[in-house]
Amino acid sequence: MIHLPVALVVIPLLGAAVCVLFRRSFIAWTVALAAAWSGFAISILIAVYIMKIGTLSYSIGGWPPPWGIAYHIDYLNSFVLLIVSGIAAVVMPYARTSVNYEIEEDSQAYFYCLLLICLAGLLGITVTGDAFNMYVFLELSSLSSYALIGMGKRRRALTAAYQYLVMGTIGATFLLIGIGLLYNLTGTLNIHDLAHQLAVNNIIGSHNRTLLTAFAFIIVGLSLKLALFPLHLWLPNAYTYAPSVATIFLASTATKVAVYMLLRFCFTILSGGFIFKLTLGKILLIPALAAILIASMVAIFQYDIKRMLAYSSVAQIGYMILGISLATPLGLSAGILHLFNHALMKGLLFMVMGAVNYRIGAVYLNDFRGLGRTMPWTMAAFVVGGMSLMGIPLTAGFISKWYLVQAALEKGWWPVAALILIGSLLAVIYIWRVVETAYFNPAQEMEAESSGEAPLSLLLPMWLLVLANIYFGIDSSIPVELAGRAATLLLGGAS
Amino acid sequence: MEVFIDIALLTLLCITAMAVVHIRKLFCAIMLLGIFSLLSASMFVNMDAVDVAFTEAAVGTGISTILLLLGMSLTNTREKRPHYQPLFSLVVVSITGAVLVYGTMDLPAYGDPNASIHHHVAQRYIKQSPLEVGPPNMVTSVLASYRGYDTLGETAVILTAGMALVALLGMRRRKVLPMSSSSGCGDYHDMKDHLVLRIMAKIFIPLILLFALYVQFHGDYGPGGGFQAGVIFASGIILYALIFGLEAAMKVVGYPVLRVLAACGLLLYGGVGVACMALGGNFLDYNALAHDPLHGQHLGIFLIELGVGVTVFAIMVIMFYAFASRRGHTA
Repeated sequence: MIHLPVALVVIPLLGAAVCVLFRRSFIAWTVALAAAWSGFAISILIAVYIMKIGTLSYSIGGWPPPWGIAYHIDYLNSFVLLIVSGIAAVVMPYARTSVNYEIEEDSQAYFYCLLLICLAGLLGITVTGDAFNMYVFLELSSLSSYALIGMGKRRRALTAAYQYLVMGTIGATFLLIGIGLLYNLTGTLNIHDLAHQLAVNNIIGSHNRTLLTAFAFIIVGLSLKLALFPLHLWLPNAYTYAPSVATIFLASTATKVAVYMLLRFCFTILSGGFIFKLTLGKILLIPALAAILIASMVAIFQYDIKRMLAYSSVAQIGYMILGISLATPLGLSAGILHLFNHALMKGLLFMVMGAVNYRIGAVYLNDFRGLGRTMPWTMAAFVVGGMSLMGIPLTAGFISKWYLVQAALEKGWWPVAALILIGSLLAVIYIWRVVETAYFNPAQEMEAESSGEAPLSLLLPMWLLVLANIYFGIDSSIPVELAGRAATLLLGGAS
Repeated sequence: MEVFIDIALLTLLCITAMAVVHIRKLFCAIMLLGIFSLLSASMFVNMDAVDVAFTEAAVGTGISTILLLLGMSLTNTREKRPHYQPLFSLVVVSITGAVLVYGTMDLPAYGDPNASIHHHVAQRYIKQSPLEVGPPNMVTSVLASYRGYDTLGETAVILTAGMALVALLGMRRRKVLPMSSSSGCGDYHDMKDHLVLRIMAKIFIPLILLFALYVQFHGDYGPGGGFQAGVIFASGIILYALIFGLEAAMKVVGYPVLRVLAACGLLLYGGVGVACMALGGNFLDYNALAHDPLHGQHLGIFLIELGVGVTVFAIMVIMFYAFASRRGHTA
């Protein structure tokens, strides 16, 4: 039991090495599946432990925290762990069929290897209590995701991956510069010790220019990684051209983990997130609102539906940052809650894309004609995912939008609340385009015969997420509880 | 005196960096990058960070220069001039630089003994590490024991880089062999005919490999360790491949062997960690490996350094193969 936090990361990491060792596609997939499922089981155990007993720490190498690297799990991490490992656990069964279709037999083992490394990296970022260790695992997850994106079938996948590589590397380097400056100020890398040292040595209140610069770099770097509005340019291409499985996994986890890092740095190291209350909240509010409006509008004009969903992701990230930038308990918990709900709905929608791509071979708007009849289950899943994205009651998306609007009203920011609703209306438009094409346009005669419903191995994970979207829209007590506690913890200052 | 050297080196670094940006011939740019790495390695030496300098020299000036040259030989030797003036980039870069300078204003002075960086965790590393970890080289203690988990992560990063390259470039069997000997990758074959090169390589390669082993096993006592050793060992093989041809080198260590080695290195590292857990310690707590904690630390560090060395070696050679065999295909 005590080794669970570290097992979470070590299992996928060593699993990746095993994939390389055997290089058989089936073995690699089995290893990946086992690693993902055990990871999810461990995350649940950890979450239960945290809810019942409290924070969980683990000193790696037996060295106590400021000297060695320690894992530190509280409400926030364990919530993000559940998201990441849960999505991985749903994606892996889906992966077999989709990867067989989209990736050459020779490279499949490498694909699973990289997917596992990416998973290990994201989980490693989330569990650790050490700022530099976070950077190491960020490197791990980024590097593997560049390669995963580059493995897409279309040739432009390589350009997309390269674009992401350049932007992502700049982001990671900025983060490293920030961590380096923090280390120089305090002489420690442990996140809680950093908070302590900054407070004890009176660095926080003294207008320290190095501290300011460090956080400027960290926030810009992380904004690049989480694709905050003007820095999102890498995201649409990356999500469009990546293999379906990579898109599903990355879209529902990678940006969430970057948001988590932002929370960790701004709220735990600077106790209570006072910079958000002072200025940063207002600074981030503008790109967040711009993301919601502009990215949603751009999404309306996309014909490649994967790209449309990618722009919608940029908009949804805007909602998360919006909630966080309010820096009130309600706003923050709405932002954190949206991490979870967005993972559910985007995972589902991109799974639909993967299934359509499996049957039709492309996901342009034209290809959806008549799919309402030929692929009823898949398109029904799309409708549920779309409703969740718009924020219609009884779906998961509604819950976070509801809290977000409440949080904005609580502050008396009427225009912001109105903009949130306008964003939802824009989502109605771009989702409706697809639904209309699928259900009300006649099928192309050629393809009506050849294509059928997606295979069960794709449908089952997809419908699992459909049920999750509906379940967490009706009974949202678990995520709301966790997100609420995480928000209180962040605002109360870390101990 | 040290300040003087630092200023001179920094000036040279700036000049080299600007030259790299300015120059259009990629070959020159790559050579200048090698010089850049060597200069930064010298700066690290001046800071008494010999381990870092060692790595920078081995990776920056050695392997990465070769990989860049190989990459260049697949594409073009001249940079395409962009058809617009990247003014916006200049503005962004200048602002970033200005912010960085602004950020240094409240930093403790360079080399200030009162800086907090010297008074917190570093104290224990300096005073206690010979007693609780063992190696006289405390860099090894920090990298392999106190922060051994980061090193595991870095080893996995190396593996990821190699696997990413193989996944994207493909590592096909060289079916074009018979053809390539006539035209394809002629450059390598020609080098075999250079008498001086061939003799010198034959003298040097065993020494390089031997030195790599020394660096590997002497890392506890002096600068070095698995990372540097892996790179140096790989450069021995790469030198062999450059002069005697890719096929000859692949006969010595083929891709399947390297793939297994790369995975096993990481598995060894992780396996040591798991063994520590099985013996009742935390992950990577080497104290659990033997009755005497110091012996345990010694054994643990030895094994994980070996794991790092094997993975780094295998991946470096795989990267070289991936580029070089690609060259045979397209030429």
